[in-house]
Amino acid sequence: MLEIQSVSKTFHPGTAQEVKALRDVTLTIDDGSFVVVIGTNGSGKSTLLNAVSGTFSPDVGRIALAGEDVTRWPEHRRARFIGRVFQNPFSGTSPRMSIAENLVLAARRGQPRRLGWALKRNVIDRLKERVRGLNMDLETRLGNAMGSLSGGQRQALTLLMATWLRPHLLLLDEHTAALDPKSAEQVIRLTREIVEREKLTTMMVTHSMQQAASLGNRLVMMHKGEIIHDARGADKQRMRPEDLLARFEDVRRSEQLDPTAAEMLRRLYV
Amino acid sequence: MNLLLGSLTIGFILSLLALGVYVSFRIFNFADITTDGSITLGAATAAILIVKGVHPLWATLIAAGAGYMAGTLTGILHTRFNIHALLSGILVMTALYSVNLHVMGRSNVPLLSEKTLATYAEQVGTRWANGEVFNVLGWEVAARDAAVLIFSIIIILLVSIGLLIFFRTNLGTAMRATGDNPQMIRALGVNTGNMIVVGLGLANGLVALSGALLAQYQGFADVQMGIGMVVWGLASVIIGEALVHASQLGLTIIGAVMGSILFRLLVAIALRWGLNPNDLKLVTAAFVFAALVLPRILNVFRKQKAETSDA
Repeated sequence: MLEIQSVSKTFHPGTAQEVKALRDVTLTIDDGSFVVVIGTNGSGKSTLLNAVSGTFSPDVGRIALAGEDVTRWPEHRRARFIGRVFQNPFSGTSPRMSIAENLVLAARRGQPRRLGWALKRNVIDRLKERVRGLNMDLETRLGNAMGSLSGGQRQALTLLMATWLRPHLLLLDEHTAALDPKSAEQVIRLTREIVEREKLTTMMVTHSMQQAASLGNRLVMMHKGEIIHDARGADKQRMRPEDLLARFEDVRRSEQLDPTAAEMLRRLYV
Repeated sequence: MNLLLGSLTIGFILSLLALGVYVSFRIFNFADITTDGSITLGAATAAILIVKGVHPLWATLIAAGAGYMAGTLTGILHTRFNIHALLSGILVMTALYSVNLHVMGRSNVPLLSEKTLATYAEQVGTRWANGEVFNVLGWEVAARDAAVLIFSIIIILLVSIGLLIFFRTNLGTAMRATGDNPQMIRALGVNTGNMIVVGLGLANGLVALSGALLAQYQGFADVQMGIGMVVWGLASVIIGEALVHASQLGLTIIGAVMGSILFRLLVAIALRWGLNPNDLKLVTAAFVFAALVLPRILNVFRKQKAETSDA
């Protein structure tokens, strides 16, 4: 379970570039639920994800994972609980190392790194087996440099690496946004497959209305650092991409109005 | 022939320096100027311990340990106090100048009358060859010179194999990933700060080991001997990369060693042909500059050519 309690974060406070990225955000994600977070650019959705992964510490508030208060834990320590796929397909893998070495690094996520041989024979067999499961013909190329693969292939492998050891929480940060449509579709299919098979607790950030409507069992909409909508269960299943777009339009329009009118609109629609 | 033998020996000894620079510069992407101080630190520590009667083997190992600590300090300045990589190296290098003077007690410690690893190797060589001189392809070679060369080759071989094995362990792969993609390896639970501290320690340990052996081979340690050595190491690494032209770990390590030897030979030849020794550092720096910039310029040319041929 992930608990985010009253978390706020302001970047560059007291300067001209001051950005209130998160304003008093509270969100609890139950074990086994797949939460999709959507919002426009600058809505704070990625910041929320980074607050959970530990890229920075929140100004105020508390973050707990599996019952442990991790608010002050550095990123590498939280990795014990978290598997993560980045937006940039080149961020999640090490280009100069081989595919096998990358996978072996992931197979020890959150565990101490000592002087044991990294690529043991029985480990390689296990790698082959799981890479074959991707159906991407990569199992024969484990010795190749990761940098020789395409963005889609690397992102699929990053997903495999993030879930190699079952993570307590899987974080997906717009992980198909930088891929071509065909690769994106493939990675999304793989995501759905892995999350369902392993029953992973997942938090996925996206700005694709299509993905937001079709994936997950809960939908959180963010705007200007706040959660403005939270749909679950049947409510979420009914969502169509058009509904989501309409809601965004409402919010956008409300901003051109004076505060009271905006508040009225918000009550009406959100 | 003796000139060649001497150049080869120094080339091999300095290949430890090249390996150190390879670790910091290529594996961690960290231009580590501590090198200039830690090679002298290694030489100074080994020299003074040998003069005080410590067995040269222990003196050499302790010298490497001192280098490890110097590198660790640079790593701590960089990772714990967020000081820029170059600046943390400069700070430690500058501090080491005074440290080295304190270690030696003066600016130069001669070792000519001491028992060093070099004299041990010479003894073994003389005993083994039964005579002072033997023939190699028609050249007369003093057995003791050959012995020192073989001894340094053995050390470099052991260190290279050790490095190759280390960088294939769980810890070693995590270190390589730290240099290659820190964001990724942090997300996999590795404290990249710790990796950099240990990695720079390792790099400077190798550099100090190189300094300790160099002092014993040339018969003295001098407080000035480290000046420009990081550039020397970079030149070796770059030549090595051009020689092997590969990204596999084993080949790049071999490349760094070969680069060091070739560079030393080139320098010896240049000096023989009348290069003013005072110009050596200038030429070395110019060489590294050219090696860093030429590939980029060539790339631009190639692109322009490709574009014009497209059009």
